[in-house]
Amino acid sequence: MEFLQPRTWPEALAAKAEHPTAVPLVGGTDVMVELNFDRRRPDALLDLGRVSELAEVEREDGFVRVGASVTYARIISELAGELPGLALASRTVGSPQIRHRGTVGGNLGSASPAGDAHPPLLAGDAVVEVASVRGSRRIPIDEFFTGVKRNALEPDELIAAFVTRVARGPQQFCKVGTRNAMVIAVTSLAVGLDPVGRRVGTGIGSAAPTPRRAVEAEAFLEAEIDSHGLWDRPEPLDDAVVARFAGLVAGAASPIDDVRGTAAYRRHALDVMATRALHWAWDDYRRT
Amino acid sequence: MSAMRIGCTINGRREEIHDVWEGESLLFVLRERLGLRGAKNACEQGECGSCTVYLDGLPVCACLVAAGQAEGRTVVTVEGLSDEVSLHPVQQAFLEAGAVQCGFCTPGLIVATHDLLSHAVRPSDAEIRERLAGNLCRCTGYEKILVAVRRAADALAGAGVPIDT
Repeated sequence: MEFLQPRTWPEALAAKAEHPTAVPLVGGTDVMVELNFDRRRPDALLDLGRVSELAEVEREDGFVRVGASVTYARIISELAGELPGLALASRTVGSPQIRHRGTVGGNLGSASPAGDAHPPLLAGDAVVEVASVRGSRRIPIDEFFTGVKRNALEPDELIAAFVTRVARGPQQFCKVGTRNAMVIAVTSLAVGLDPVGRRVGTGIGSAAPTPRRAVEAEAFLEAEIDSHGLWDRPEPLDDAVVARFAGLVAGAASPIDDVRGTAAYRRHALDVMATRALHWAWDDYRRT
Repeated sequence: MSAMRIGCTINGRREEIHDVWEGESLLFVLRERLGLRGAKNACEQGECGSCTVYLDGLPVCACLVAAGQAEGRTVVTVEGLSDEVSLHPVQQAFLEAGAVQCGFCTPGLIVATHDLLSHAVRPSDAEIRERLAGNLCRCTGYEKILVAVRRAADALAGAGVPIDT
């Protein structure tokens, strides 16, 4: 095995081009487990922890660009005001030890359907910036996940950052598990309201082969809010509207039975979480 | 390139470790190459916190840090918290409170508690639970562990002992 340790982003891209099977490593919270248990013996590890460009957070025109090696701990301490949904989700990741090492870039690289960062990124219409020696491109988050633990990266590409809009309205995140800490989601849900863009965002975790949006639920609620002028006069939402939204969220999932829970339980939990998350978010909005 | 040489500072001492395998963990280096057996090898997947050490001042699971990532970094293990003469107040509190049963989780809990008390003077129980959530005690001796954390907090607050890592 080789241990590649580039110091700069161009060096990292050159190393990945030369060693397309090299496994990128930052926090190690996924990769090291596989090595420790002999589940994987890559030809090379590509340690990106020395690449300072990847640890940067930049702000421009109402958007935040978060480098791939920014840890969950930093998202909680530095970005909770701008990206509240992602910060909520980050607080549910593992333990303090894990949050000091784990990164959203790593979550995207692993592309687990249960990755905690994915639902808020989906609900916020984030874009994943990837690069290779051939150049860089931006992949909309809902085109990034291509299958169970698979993503849209080419073999020579690395994740540089994700870019997402600074929240313009309330964002919520819910996660079901056997305890509050150290839990892989049985299922999870992010909901975001963008009164300026008149958008409702959703992201479902751990209830389909990939994280995914509940597109119909978003469109239904946007139409309901628009048709009653509720963005400008935010009255309480009808119970029937909330119930329909929650049903559409649950219906957008395609869960399976596995060790963590049954498909039926996941659908039920999504219905409950969608009801609660929408109430929380809408109540927040009415108060502002 | 095969088998690496790594230099880092561990408990204040500059160490050079030779013939390190590229996929080796920092935990393996500490325990098997340097004989620092405080950090325990339990789950090897970041679930239990028994191998918690400071890496550049942040508590992390040593089993999830590749040895090569520690190159040039500063590591402090549970052994590095006490001086030659006396235990650190956090270690002393665990002893006095009877917060040690089989002892396997203890080094990780002590490092995690040390970190907690370097950020919070008298943490609430909820704060203690959240900050120690990544450290499992299979003897389930959590009540005494909470007693020990409160005791250590009192000792440090009372003595005005600053914690620095």
